[in-house]
Amino acid sequence: MLKVNGIDVFYGDVQVLWDVSFHVGEGEVVALIGTNGAGKSTTLRTISGLLRPRKGTVEFLGERLDQIPPYRIIELGLAHVPEARRLFPEMTVEENLEMGALKPAAKARRAESLERVYSRFPRLKERRRQLAGTLSGGEQQMLAIGRGLMSLPRMILFDEPSLGLAPLLVEEVFNVVNDIRRDGVTVLIVEQNVRQTLAVADRAYVLETGRIVREGTGSELLDDEEVRKAYLGV
Amino acid sequence: MVQLEVFLQTLVSGLLLGGLYALIGLGMTLIMGVMKIINLAHGELMMVAMYIAFWLFHLLGMDPYVTLLVTVPALFVLGVFIQKTLISPVLKVDSILPENQVILTVGIGMVLQNLATLFFTSDYRSTPVDYASDAWYLSDWWRSSPIELSFSVPWVVSFGFAVAITAALWWFLQRTDAGKAIRATAQDKDAAILMGVNVERMTVVTFGLGAALVGAAGSLFIPMYYLYPALGGRFTLIAFVITILGGLGSTQGAIIGGLILGVFESMTATYVGMGWAPVGRFLVFVACLIFLPGGVAGLMRRR
Repeated sequence: MLKVNGIDVFYGDVQVLWDVSFHVGEGEVVALIGTNGAGKSTTLRTISGLLRPRKGTVEFLGERLDQIPPYRIIELGLAHVPEARRLFPEMTVEENLEMGALKPAAKARRAESLERVYSRFPRLKERRRQLAGTLSGGEQQMLAIGRGLMSLPRMILFDEPSLGLAPLLVEEVFNVVNDIRRDGVTVLIVEQNVRQTLAVADRAYVLETGRIVREGTGSELLDDEEVRKAYLGV
Repeated sequence: MVQLEVFLQTLVSGLLLGGLYALIGLGMTLIMGVMKIINLAHGELMMVAMYIAFWLFHLLGMDPYVTLLVTVPALFVLGVFIQKTLISPVLKVDSILPENQVILTVGIGMVLQNLATLFFTSDYRSTPVDYASDAWYLSDWWRSSPIELSFSVPWVVSFGFAVAITAALWWFLQRTDAGKAIRATAQDKDAAILMGVNVERMTVVTFGLGAALVGAAGSLFIPMYYLYPALGGRFTLIAFVITILGGLGSTQGAIIGGLILGVFESMTATYVGMGWAPVGRFLVFVACLIFLPGGVAGLMRRR
């Protein structure tokens, strides 16, 4: 479904990604793990067109994402729930959700999608008229995920969805990811919470200083000596 | 009683002026919100609109208020043109700092002012409409009123148009998808792109809108003010003060900021002296920077 072929990405003159290649099949949950600064978010931002690769290609359902304007990517059915949530703080919860469904196809089913998001996250319904900036961290994350779902995506990119949340909420985030997969949506997730991520992921790639150094199924990597030492502290 | 009358009369004039100021401030604020640069050609754009209105009045005998139908779309197109051909290419260059990108707008302002001088000379112009000095009086409606207030016809009509345009803008920004996309772009550009907003087009539309708003203000001011090429600078300054007063980029703040500035100037003119109004303007500006750096919007957020 998604194919990343040998991308090199730079911030100015500084190279951040070296020849990164991986793929995500339809219906899979794939994780990208690695330490701070390994290039995980950069990879997602490149897929979403916010950054352009200097070399290599990004293909989604046969379309070259690195060659179309970034605002058109969501139309193809690829939603991105960005790092640090990136809500519109001065807009209400409901307006934030509406922003997820701007494109004609999603807009036509906006009311229906709103109902679905509200029934999954009842807290958001209670707070629909409140400004997004005044929500708690957990609620903001749910809103960011809800906003991503409003576009009726076929695939979602999650960037550190559990970052800064209390353990109970982290649990809830992973439950949501599981629900989304069950609805047939493909997931690519970037996380620092390696143990829980590998537990839900079908496959995972390990990113180290901008290069993919390992890949395997979730359980394979959980058992991998190196991974355990580097990321699980055992 | 006389003192109360003077006070209320001053307040009324201040609010009428403030409503028009709000319109000028709103345009600059919108542009500031989306592009993060202060448009220092803002007053000059208004001057252009005033010349359009003046010539339409002079050559075709069009009423200044009817010229809104021309100045608003014309300034929208001019704004889009300026954004597309001049500002956008400069904004794209990362190595030019935003504070330097602002200088471009100063240059645009200078060019507009000098073109106006070149083509129209620096003569003072006005549109002598026959209702220029008409007024409505409080006693017209309330016979036994203990005090008397007058409402200048052109000021009230201009104020009414300003309120209607502001309300229309408000509705556009709050209720339509395009308006929401503009607000989203102002709040988080990358997130807006991820939602499928064509941020570049929004930027162009926003500059056009900002220019159209100040263009409307031009048509609304011309029945009362003399027009000359250098008039723009003063209004750029006013718009700048309102934008700071409102809290950079907040539309609500800009409306309140405009009203505050109008009332303050009017009060200064009455109680200190006609010539002191600009001093009052700077006083508000400096006081705001010192005591309320977040502007009105900061105050509203703190609640």
